[in-house]
Amino acid sequence: MNASVEWLNTFLSAAHSAVELRDLITAHTATVDELIALRADLAPIVVARVVEEGPHPDSDHLHVTRVDMGTGELLDVVCGAPNVEAGKLYPFAPTGTVMPNGLKIEKRKIRGQTSNGMLCSARELGLGQEHDGIMELDLAVAPGTPFLDAIAVGDSRLVIDVLPNRPDLLSHLGVAREVAAVTGDTLTLPDIGTNGVVVPEAKRFRRAGNAGGVVLHLEDATLASRYMGVVIRGIQVGPSPQWLVDRLSAVGSRSINNVVDATNYVLHELGQPTHAFDMGKLDLDTKLPQKTVVVRSAKEGETLVTLDGVTRKLEPAMTVIADSVKPIAIAGVMGGQETEVTDSTTDIFVEVASFDPARTRRTRRLAGLSTDASYRFERGVDPALAPRALERVAALIISLAGGEVAAVPVDLYAGDPLREPLVLRTARVARVLGIELPAERIAELLRGVGCQADVEDRGAMVRVLAPSWRRDLEREVDLAEEVARLYGYDRFPSELRPYRPGTVKDAPLWGVADRLRDALGAAGLLEARPTPFVAGAEGHVRVLNPLADNEAYLRRTVLETLERRAEANLAHMEGNVRLYEIGSVFSPGEHDLPDESVNVGLVVMGDRSPVHFTNPRPAQYDAWDAKWLGELVARTAFPAVEAKLEPAGQADGVLWHIIIDGAERGSVRRLDLDAPVWAAPAFGVELVLALMSNSDVAPAGEHAHGATPAPEPRRTPRYRSLPTTPASTFDLALLLPPGVNAADAERVIRAAAGDLLERLELFDLYEGEGVESGHRSVAWRLTMRHPERTLRDKEIEGRRAKVLSALQSQLNVRQRTT
Amino acid sequence: MLPENPTLDQYLAHASEVEARGIAELSIAADAEALEEARIRFLGDKRGELLALQKGLGALPPESRRDAGRAFNETKTKLNAALDERRAALARASSAGPELDLTLPSRARWRGGRHPVTLVIDEIVGIFRELGFTVALGPESESEWYNFGALNFPADHPAMDLHDTLYLGESALLRTHTSPVQVRTLQRYAPPIRILAPGTVFRRDPFDASHAPAFAQIEGLAVDEGISFVDLKATLTHFAQRFFGATRTRFRPSYFPFTEPSAEMDVECRLCGGKGCSACKGTGWMEILGSGMVHPAVLESAGIDSERYTGWAFGMGPARIAMQRYDLPDIRLLYDSDVRFLEQVAE
Repeated sequence: MNASVEWLNTFLSAAHSAVELRDLITAHTATVDELIALRADLAPIVVARVVEEGPHPDSDHLHVTRVDMGTGELLDVVCGAPNVEAGKLYPFAPTGTVMPNGLKIEKRKIRGQTSNGMLCSARELGLGQEHDGIMELDLAVAPGTPFLDAIAVGDSRLVIDVLPNRPDLLSHLGVAREVAAVTGDTLTLPDIGTNGVVVPEAKRFRRAGNAGGVVLHLEDATLASRYMGVVIRGIQVGPSPQWLVDRLSAVGSRSINNVVDATNYVLHELGQPTHAFDMGKLDLDTKLPQKTVVVRSAKEGETLVTLDGVTRKLEPAMTVIADSVKPIAIAGVMGGQETEVTDSTTDIFVEVASFDPARTRRTRRLAGLSTDASYRFERGVDPALAPRALERVAALIISLAGGEVAAVPVDLYAGDPLREPLVLRTARVARVLGIELPAERIAELLRGVGCQADVEDRGAMVRVLAPSWRRDLEREVDLAEEVARLYGYDRFPSELRPYRPGTVKDAPLWGVADRLRDALGAAGLLEARPTPFVAGAEGHVRVLNPLADNEAYLRRTVLETLERRAEANLAHMEGNVRLYEIGSVFSPGEHDLPDESVNVGLVVMGDRSPVHFTNPRPAQYDAWDAKWLGELVARTAFPAVEAKLEPAGQADGVLWHIIIDGAERGSVRRLDLDAPVWAAPAFGVELVLALMSNSDVAPAGEHAHGATPAPEPRRTPRYRSLPTTPASTFDLALLLPPGVNAADAERVIRAAAGDLLERLELFDLYEGEGVESGHRSVAWRLTMRHPERTLRDKEIEGRRAKVLSALQSQLNVRQRTT
Repeated sequence: MLPENPTLDQYLAHASEVEARGIAELSIAADAEALEEARIRFLGDKRGELLALQKGLGALPPESRRDAGRAFNETKTKLNAALDERRAALARASSAGPELDLTLPSRARWRGGRHPVTLVIDEIVGIFRELGFTVALGPESESEWYNFGALNFPADHPAMDLHDTLYLGESALLRTHTSPVQVRTLQRYAPPIRILAPGTVFRRDPFDASHAPAFAQIEGLAVDEGISFVDLKATLTHFAQRFFGATRTRFRPSYFPFTEPSAEMDVECRLCGGKGCSACKGTGWMEILGSGMVHPAVLESAGIDSERYTGWAFGMGPARIAMQRYDLPDIRLLYDSDVRFLEQVAE
């Protein structure tokens, strides 16, 4: 909503500066996003003193002057104004200034005399029609002061962010009312020269009525709660006076002609959109005795060329205004071009309506067109405003364009709805707001914004009848908000008061995510937070109204996203990629909602560490790093249950499945990226952390308190006493024949070595020359320890022999001899 | 020198004399070269004094050999120990010397860490934790009821325009704010409730320098008997002072369907100190969060007695704060997952 500061002040008993209004409105009503000085084009103009003045040698009307503009040197300036006088101050445009009319001031010679700038008249500054001479400034300011700082010039525009619950603020009247409520100003409608114009009071009908040459017909009362019309004949369309042009331009609206401008003026003044139709263009070819104007749903196949020249297809869900034959306007949105008021128009029909908000919203959406009018109707225009607006717009049109009201205006209206008074308990105000306000003070604040408020029950309550324009005041708590904001949010204390601890424990997933972020960060991985949208395909959840077709689906895995992010890094030659993300993934569900879970995913590729002079070619991430990262996320996310990696078939690059408490929940895999040839192999890990239920906790209006959530499993490692006896270690270099894997050998070693085996480490793997083809040489280091005494050489030798014989007999694994 | 046929006493005296001299010479060798000379003199395997002593054993009467042998071994051990010790000492001295260039770089590991938006969320959570808040989470795919209906959004109303929604089905959508977590929490747990709900939310906004179709939001909710607007203002003011440093705040009226009264909180613009600049559009204030007293209709949606309980809630956008904090010209930097960017800012 654009509001003019000058316009607002015409409603108020005291004048307020633009900054004052901005701060008041922001603090109590709605945020002023911007304050725009409308004459910013005058910023280069300064106040200057004419120090010397004399006649131009080659002219009988020009003067040669020396001007002080505060720079310390005097400028030669030629001036044609008869009133230029040495010692006086005038607005001065230095060279380089672009004047409001587009003229650029440059240094030039006028009949042989140099002129460095221009002393300005009011007209040259766009400040009126005065052009008898330059603008004499009777001010006590130093030469060089910016003109805009020296005197109040021009209007300012407030750009107010009016939120959807307050359509009453979409007018100067509405905003001025709020200001008056806070400042105590009296609020009056400004005089716009309509005194003496008498518009007869409208006559009320339910569905149809004759407004003098046109019969108004409201076909369906759900389309508009009120529809009024007046016929004015004998007008003369022409340009608007300057004051009206200025008002409209201050709010960013262009002047069209006096009739259209009058309707726009009333829209911005009162918030009531109105529309004038050229009566001469309404359809004459009708069987009915008179021309009619009908409010109805559009018919299939109808079209209308709107004021903007666009041909629009109409649909039955849209409301139109039609004459006897065809649509002439999209109701509440835009009029038709054919019935537009033009210079040749003499008779007009002016509509003042209250179209249904939801219906206007649908109509506007279908038309794909939002206007000042539809914006207001969608949010709700007070039906009680219509008679006032009709009188105002008719009077303004007649005062500007002449003509007279043809007949008593028609008002199709079922009558004001009965408004129930609301009860505001003084104690409830204290409970919600946390401060005690006496009932009389509460009532006073509410009266300021048009409520009828009576203190009852010895101050225990205030009975409130909200004004017709405040349909957002529906419940007691809405009134509490009025009290709070009118009293002033800034006047509330900010004292921290005691509180009770809550009943909600941290979501377990939050703790898991936090631990994972610590672990993965320490492992050198960087956290990514991309969006979950993917190009997708079969098996992906589709967004019904996607932003782009190439991102129309939701990911099933975090890796799908990270793979694309890794490729983006490769695209700018970054080959060392280490990214992880914790985020939601989706798969099609049984019902409307997808199945959602929260996963952790990670990608590594490239160098395992930064370059160092001791290690100029760092090793690259390989499957064993990926396996460790898989173990790291599994152990970190599920510390209380068994988490292990099991070898997978390597289909689709899957190397290991991550098994949590017996169930497969993730994988470690080789990634197949769209990568340049220089890129290193990429590996990924994905693990489901938790299912994220999106089903209802309880039916609407009910709760499920008392349901006890399953206790969190917890595992604390048990302390084992630290050894006091020495350990013995020995190595076994073994030849594993084809088909025997490391885990098999380890199992046999552990079983044969028994409980004296403290640690088993695989420290060498070799295939190739010197080893029988297909065989692998694998070496383990065994650490043996007895908890109470030193092991004897004979015992150790005995275990060693036992292990070797078990390996030989069970797996045909021999010791490597060469 | 040892006599040709020494007595045991003579042998022992000589051994201890060699031992004393050897230890002394080995221990004072000034450098590796001197040490080597001393080693050859005493421990050398051709003409060393120890070798002579060993040979002398054979000239002793057989009954003396055991005691003499023990003395010999002792001397040998001590001389070797003295040699090792001096060798180690000289090595220590040389390695601590100036030839190690300490300006060489350390053997660094890759820098890893949390995303800047996570860091902002963590910091917010940390401050509210001190005031007794815990973390609640909810799904990103939501039903229309949790996202709008339960939060008192009027159907077919311009309020919905502020939430341009991505739909997944007839009444299934990607949540447009974290406020559905309020309703889920109120249904699940009885008051008193003090929770924070961080999470990703979605709007049908194409990417540009300041908009994204998915972004982080963090929500706070406090519900109990006797919670008032004063608690809201005090808690959020306290938060702003902790988060932004000592600064002025202001509260402005606003509108959210699920709060009444509603308020937005601004903090003094940090770039201009409140004087007004282009970053704050000349107002001197930066918009930080939306808040309000929980609308009774929301409590009623969750089956909670709105006469008995009152509450307040707030919501804010960590990405906007991250953009200010790191001076980011374009929000897409936060989504691109560019390793070069993350290495600068991740912690």
